[in-house]
Amino acid sequence: YDPECSQYVLLCANRTCLSGFPGQSPYRALLETLELTNTKLTLQLINDNNKVRLLLELYRLQGNMTRVKINELKPLKPRFEVPDVLINDPPTEPLSLLSQDENGVVLSLGADSQWLIVSAKPFRLDIMEGREVLLSLNSRGLLAFEHLRIPLLTALANGLKRTSTPFSLLFPFSFSPPQCFSPALSIGLHEDGMWEETFKSHTDNKPNGPSSISLDFSLPGVEHVYGIPEHADSLKLKTTDGGDPYRLFNLDVFQYELFNPMALYGAIPVMLSHSAQRTMGIFWLNAAETWVDISSNTGSSETPQTDVRWISESGIIDVFIMLGPTPTDVFSQYSSLTGTQAFPPLSALAYHQCRWNYNDQEDVAAVDQGFDEHDIPYDFIWLDIEHTDGKRYFTWDPHKFPQPKDMLQGLVDKRRKMVTIVDPHIKVDSSYKIHNEIRSKGFYVKNKDGGDYEGWCWPGNSGYPDFTNPEMRAWWASMFAYDQYEGSMENMYTWNDMNEPSVFNGPEVTMHKDALHGNWENRDLHNLYGLYVQMATAEGLIERSGGVERPFVLTRAFFAGSQRYGAVWTGDNTAEWEHLKISIPMCLSLGLVGVSFCGADVGGFFKSPSTELLVRWYQTGAYQPFFRAHAHLDTPRREPWLFGPENTALIREAVRQRYALLPYWYQLFYHAHHSGQPVMRPLWVEYPQDTATFSMDDQFLLGRDLLVHPVTEEGGRGVTAYLPGKGEVWFDVHTFQKHNGAQNLYIPVTISSIPVFQRGGSIIPRKARVRRSSSCMEHDPYTLFVALSPKRFAQGELYIDDGHTFNFDKQKQFIHRRLSFANKALSSRNLAPGSQFITPSWIEKIVILGASKPSKATLKTPDGKENLLEFEFDASMSVLTLRKPGVNAGVDWTVVLQ
Amino acid sequence: MSCALLLLLTSLALVMGTGTAVEIQRPRGVPQSKRQFYEENKPFTCLDGSSTIPFDQVNDDYCDCRDGSDEPGTAACPNGSFHCTNAGFRPAFIPSSRINDGICDCCDTTDEYNSGATCQNTCREMGRKERESLQIMAEITKEGFLLKQQLIHEAKRGQEDKQGKLTELQGSKKGLEGKMEALRTVKKTAEDPEKEAKERHLKSWEEQKELIRMEKDKTRMAEAFLELDDDADGYVSVAELQSHLELDPDSDGSLTETETQGLLGGAGKVDTSTFETVWSGIKDKYLSEGLSDPPAPVETPKEEESRDFVSDHDSDHYPEDYAGEEEDVEDDEEDDDHEEEEKVPPTVQTPEKREDDELSMPPYDTETQILIDAAQKARDDFDEAERALREVDGQMKNLEKEIGFDFGPSAEFAYLYSQCYELSTSEYIYRLCPFNRVSQKPKFGGSETNLGLWGQWAGPEENLYSVMKYDHGQGCWQGPNRSTTVKLTCGKETVVTSTSEPSRCEYLMEFTTPAVCQEPASLDEVLHGHTEL
Repeated sequence: YDPECSQYVLLCANRTCLSGFPGQSPYRALLETLELTNTKLTLQLINDNNKVRLLLELYRLQGNMTRVKINELKPLKPRFEVPDVLINDPPTEPLSLLSQDENGVVLSLGADSQWLIVSAKPFRLDIMEGREVLLSLNSRGLLAFEHLRIPLLTALANGLKRTSTPFSLLFPFSFSPPQCFSPALSIGLHEDGMWEETFKSHTDNKPNGPSSISLDFSLPGVEHVYGIPEHADSLKLKTTDGGDPYRLFNLDVFQYELFNPMALYGAIPVMLSHSAQRTMGIFWLNAAETWVDISSNTGSSETPQTDVRWISESGIIDVFIMLGPTPTDVFSQYSSLTGTQAFPPLSALAYHQCRWNYNDQEDVAAVDQGFDEHDIPYDFIWLDIEHTDGKRYFTWDPHKFPQPKDMLQGLVDKRRKMVTIVDPHIKVDSSYKIHNEIRSKGFYVKNKDGGDYEGWCWPGNSGYPDFTNPEMRAWWASMFAYDQYEGSMENMYTWNDMNEPSVFNGPEVTMHKDALHGNWENRDLHNLYGLYVQMATAEGLIERSGGVERPFVLTRAFFAGSQRYGAVWTGDNTAEWEHLKISIPMCLSLGLVGVSFCGADVGGFFKSPSTELLVRWYQTGAYQPFFRAHAHLDTPRREPWLFGPENTALIREAVRQRYALLPYWYQLFYHAHHSGQPVMRPLWVEYPQDTATFSMDDQFLLGRDLLVHPVTEEGGRGVTAYLPGKGEVWFDVHTFQKHNGAQNLYIPVTISSIPVFQRGGSIIPRKARVRRSSSCMEHDPYTLFVALSPKRFAQGELYIDDGHTFNFDKQKQFIHRRLSFANKALSSRNLAPGSQFITPSWIEKIVILGASKPSKATLKTPDGKENLLEFEFDASMSVLTLRKPGVNAGVDWTVVLQ
Repeated sequence: MSCALLLLLTSLALVMGTGTAVEIQRPRGVPQSKRQFYEENKPFTCLDGSSTIPFDQVNDDYCDCRDGSDEPGTAACPNGSFHCTNAGFRPAFIPSSRINDGICDCCDTTDEYNSGATCQNTCREMGRKERESLQIMAEITKEGFLLKQQLIHEAKRGQEDKQGKLTELQGSKKGLEGKMEALRTVKKTAEDPEKEAKERHLKSWEEQKELIRMEKDKTRMAEAFLELDDDADGYVSVAELQSHLELDPDSDGSLTETETQGLLGGAGKVDTSTFETVWSGIKDKYLSEGLSDPPAPVETPKEEESRDFVSDHDSDHYPEDYAGEEEDVEDDEEDDDHEEEEKVPPTVQTPEKREDDELSMPPYDTETQILIDAAQKARDDFDEAERALREVDGQMKNLEKEIGFDFGPSAEFAYLYSQCYELSTSEYIYRLCPFNRVSQKPKFGGSETNLGLWGQWAGPEENLYSVMKYDHGQGCWQGPNRSTTVKLTCGKETVVTSTSEPSRCEYLMEFTTPAVCQEPASLDEVLHGHTEL
C-alpha cells in the first residue's frame, strides 16, 4: 500500500507507466518554427501521438546558466507560471547558432566551448563542453505534458460536430505513451480520476482535468546529487528505484519519519549534482506538488551516470540549468535567480529560548531571571500560541499577558528580545478585528464554489488569508505596525508556523487543492503559500520601523526564495538521537539551495530528551545557524538549569562558545547575504575533488574555516572526524593541538567535548567576553585567532556594523576588513573603501596557532606610531599570544613579528 | 584609550556605628576584605598565585590572571567578579561580564562607568525598601515564630494527648482483650449445654420422625398391595406384578416371569403379610400406577452443578438491593442461575424429601429454649466485645499513623493534619489538604481532579521541611500522573497564596504557615549584618 500514490492516481500512474517505458519520446522539434532573437530561441515541439504542439523557449542567462521553458503552444487557458520567486527577469546573453541541419541545431553557450544541441527527432537537448556531455534533457523520452482540455461531458454537450477538433485532441493523453493506454480506450477507462479524485473523505475537483508535466535529465559522470529539501534524509540523495520518489509538497507532518523521501513542511525544487570535475544545479521552478525520481547506474562498470526525472501536477516546465562549474559558482548562479539569505539582526544568531508555552508574564520574567542566575546568555524568549487570546493572532491572553509592554520593557532592560507567534489561520469570529477585515476585504482563500474557504486549526474554524494576493500581503504587513499590533514593541519579532498551510481537517492536513487563490487553484501554487506568509510578515516588520530595522521572521513552510525573508527550522522533530543526527543533513541540504538560516529544535520537540541527549543537542545546536531550544506543551520543563549543576555548566559552556563565535557567524551571514554562499557547508563544497567527502553528513564546515564534528552518539566515547585537505593542517579550537589534513582522526570525547577545528590558513575573530545577551557584547573588543598554514600564511576577515539596521546596505555603514598573516606580519586592510562605520571595539588579543617564538612584536598604526607588544609563547603547542594590541578594530594596522 | 586607564575608585564609606568618615582607596571592584592584595605600585600577584604582573596591569582591561583577579573592575576576565559597595544598601558581587554591559546591576551604578548607560543610584531607596520589607518580614517572622512556638507547644500537647490516648487505648485494649477472653469462656460454657439440649431435642425428633416414616411406609404398602392386587383376591401374583417394568432388576426393559418371581421371593403370589418382605425389596423403585408416564431416568447431578445449585440457594439469602450494586455482574449470574436451574434434574426433589420438608420440627421445649437464649446472649456479648476491641484497634492504628507522621522536627506541622486550605483562581478552586491530597475543581461545574497524594517532604537537604511533594495524582493524557510541589514560606496565617502549572500536569503551590518561620535574628542584625564597613 502506498498512501501517497493512492491519492494521486494520475501522477502515480504516469510515473509507473513512464518509468516503466523509457524510450523513444513522442516529441519532435519542428525546426522550421525555430526563431532566434537576441534574448532567446523559440521552437515548437509536436507530440506525434496526438499532434498537440508545445512551445520551447531557450535562454542563455548571464552567469553560465541555461533556462528551458516549455508550455503548451495554445493552452485552453493560461497555465500557472510561478511569480515572485525570481528576483528579476534573469538577464540574458545572446545565443548564437553554430550549425543547423534536418537533425537539429547547435548553439553556442558562449565561452568554455560550451554548446547546446537541440535534436529534432526525437526531441532532446544536450549541453556539451567540448566533447563531453554535461547534461541531457529528454534523453530518456520522459518529457510529458498533459495539456488542458474540456471534460468529456462538456465536450459532448458542446457537440463534437460543431468543432473540427480532432477526437485525439479532446482526449489526447499526450502525457502517456501508447503502451499505457491508448487514447481510444482511455475515454471510459481513465475518465475516473481525471476530473475528480477522492482521497479518504475528501474530494478533489479538478476543473482543468489532468495537467501534469514531466521531464527527465541525465547527468553523465555524476554519482552524487543533493538538495531538493525538505526531507528527513541523508545529505546525498538516494536512488528512488523501487521506492517512492522524493516528494515536494508542503505538509504539516505529525512526528515525521527519518530516512524517508516523504514530503515535509517546505519545498525547494533545486537539485545539485557534483562530481570531482564539476558541480551543476537544476532549478525546477514549479510550485505545484512535485515528485523527483533518481536513478543511477552506480556499481556497474559503465561510466557513472545519474538520471533524474521531475514530475509536477500542474504549471509549466521552467527549468534553470546552472552549469557551475564550481560549487561556489552554482551558489552564485542560484542566488542571482532567487536572491540571497536575508541578513539577520546579529542577535538572531544568538541563542533562542522557546517552549510551548511560557505560561504568563511571571513565567517569562522567571525564565529570564533563571538565565541570569545561572549566568547563561540568551537573546530571545519565545511565546507560542497559548499567549494569544483564544488563538487570535495579534492579540494577548488578557489574564496571562495583561501588560505585554511591561514584559517587553523588562526584556529591553536586559537588552533582550521576544518572538511571538503569528500563524496564517484566522479564527472565524465576528468579534475578531483581523477576521472581520480580511472577510470584508475579500482577502480569504475561496473554496471552489466561491465562498470563503474554511478549515479547522488551533482556533477552531479558521479562514486562510490569500497571501498570494499582493493587496492582502500589504494589508497583513500593515497589521504589524506598533499601533495595530497592540502590545508590540521594537524588540518583538515574529514566528510564522503552520503555513504549509496546516488544515487539520483537510486532505493530508493541508488545504484542498481545488481551493482558489484568485483565479488559480491551490494545486498550482501550493508550495508558495508559506513563502508568501513569511514575505508579508517580514515586510510588516520592516515597515513598522520605517524601513530602518532588519526583520527577523521564522517560518516552517518555505519555497525557493524563502531565504530572502528570514529563518527556517526543521519543524516538529522528536527528542531522539536519530533526530539530532538528521539535523545536520537537513540543514546542509537547505544551505546548498540558498537557505542558510536553518536549525532544528534543540532538545527535540516531541517527547522528553535524556539529559545526555539534551546536552549533546545544545553542543550541536551551538554550531548550527539557527540555535533555538523548543519543547512540546506536554513535556516536562527543560530550561538549561533544571538538570543539576554539572549539566547546567555543560549547557552554559556550549552557549558561551556560540556567543564567543558570534563575530564569525555574523560575518558568514554577511557573506551568505552578499554572495549566496552557504553558512553551514558540506565538506565537498570546499574540497570538491576529495571524493571521501561526497557523502559525509555527520560533520560540516562553517564557512571555510571551522570544521565541526558534533558528538551525536549516545554514550559516545570518541568520534572519528575526517580532516580534509592534503598538505593542510587543522587546529583543535579548544586545545590548539595541530592535526594534519587528509586523515581520519579519532578524537576521544567526554560529555563536555564539542570537536571543532580551525583550518590552518584562516583567521577567526571572536569576542571572548561573553555577556548576558549579544547586544551587551556589541562594543566589546575582539580576539583574533590566527591559525597558520604550513606555509605560515593565514587570511580572514572582520565584518562589523550596527547589528540591526539596513544602514549597512543603504548607507554603506559597515566595516569590512581583510586580515592577513604573511611574511611574519599580521595586518588589517580595508576591504570596502566606500564604506564607513565607527566602532568602539578594539583588538584585545591575538592568538597565533602554529607560530614560532619571535624576539619581539611591533604594532604599527597608520599614524606612524610603533608600539612593542608584550607576548606569551607556549612552546608545547606553538601558540603565540600577543597581549593587548589595543588598536581600534576599524583602522589599518600591522603587527610585525621579528 | 579609556580602556587602558588604571581605574581607581575613591569612595567614601560610613563606618557603621561611629559615623566617622574615613577615606579609603582601592582598585575598582575590589571588596574591602581583599584590599590588602592590591597594593599600589607594587607588583600584583594573582590571587591564585599563578603569575605576577606590574600593578599598572591591574584593571587595565586585559585579563592576565587565570583566576580573573587582576581585573576586578573590568569585564576582561571571563571568570571575574565585581564588588559593588552599594552604600545605603547591601554590597554585592556581580559577574565581571555585567560590567559596562549597559544594564544597571549595582544600585550604586558603579558597574556602569563606561557604557553610556544612565543609571540612577537607587541604593538608599532600595535600602529603605528593603529595610521596610525586612521589617515587615521580621515582624511576620517574629509573630510567626511565636505562633510556631505555640504550634509546637500544641503539637507537643497534642502528641502527648495522642500518646496518652494511645496508652489509654492500649490499656483499654488489654481490658477488652481480657473481657473478650472471659466472654469467650462464658460463651463456651453456655454453648455446651445448649448444644447438648439441642442434640437431644433433635434426636427425639429424629426418632419421632422415624416412627412417622414407618407409619407412612405401612400405609403406602397397603395401598400398593391393593393397587397390585388387580383381581382383589388378597394375593399379588407374578402376573399382577409383571406390569411394573420399573422393578426390572437388570434394567433390560423387560420384566420376565422369573425375575418377577424372584421379586416375590420365589413364590407365585404373596398375601398381605408376605408382601411386607417383598415390599421392602421393591418400595424404592415402585411407582404408583396413578402416574401414567414413566419417570425420567435418574441423573446424578454432577458435583459442579450441585455446588452451583447450593450457591444458588445461598444467593437467595443476599439482600435484594445488593444485586443493584453490580448490575452487570448480577445479571450475568442470574442468567447462569436460570441455566443451572434448568439443568437441575427434577428427581432431586424426591417425594420423600418433599414429605420431609412438610414435617417441621416442633419448637424447643422451654428448658432447651432457656439454654439457647443464654448461649445467644453469651455470643452477643462476645461479639460486642470483639467489635469494641476492633474499634480500639482501629483508633490505635489511626493514632499511631498520626503519631508516626513526620510533622517536622518539633511536630510544628501537626496542626495541618486533617485540615484543608483552598485558593480560588479565575477558573478553578484549588484545595490543599496537607499530608493527604491536593485537588482542583473547576469553578463553573465539572468534576474534581486529583493533583497528587501526599508523598514526602522534598526540600533541599538543609531545609527539608520547606517543600512538600504530592504525587500519583490523576493521569495526564499522553503525560505523567499529576503532581504538586508545595513551597512553604513563613507567614502569620496558614494560606495557599498561589498556584501555577509550570510544566504540563506538574503543579506548584505556594503556602504560607507560621510553622516554617525561623527564629528571627535581631532586627539590627538583619539590616546591617552584611553591610561592609
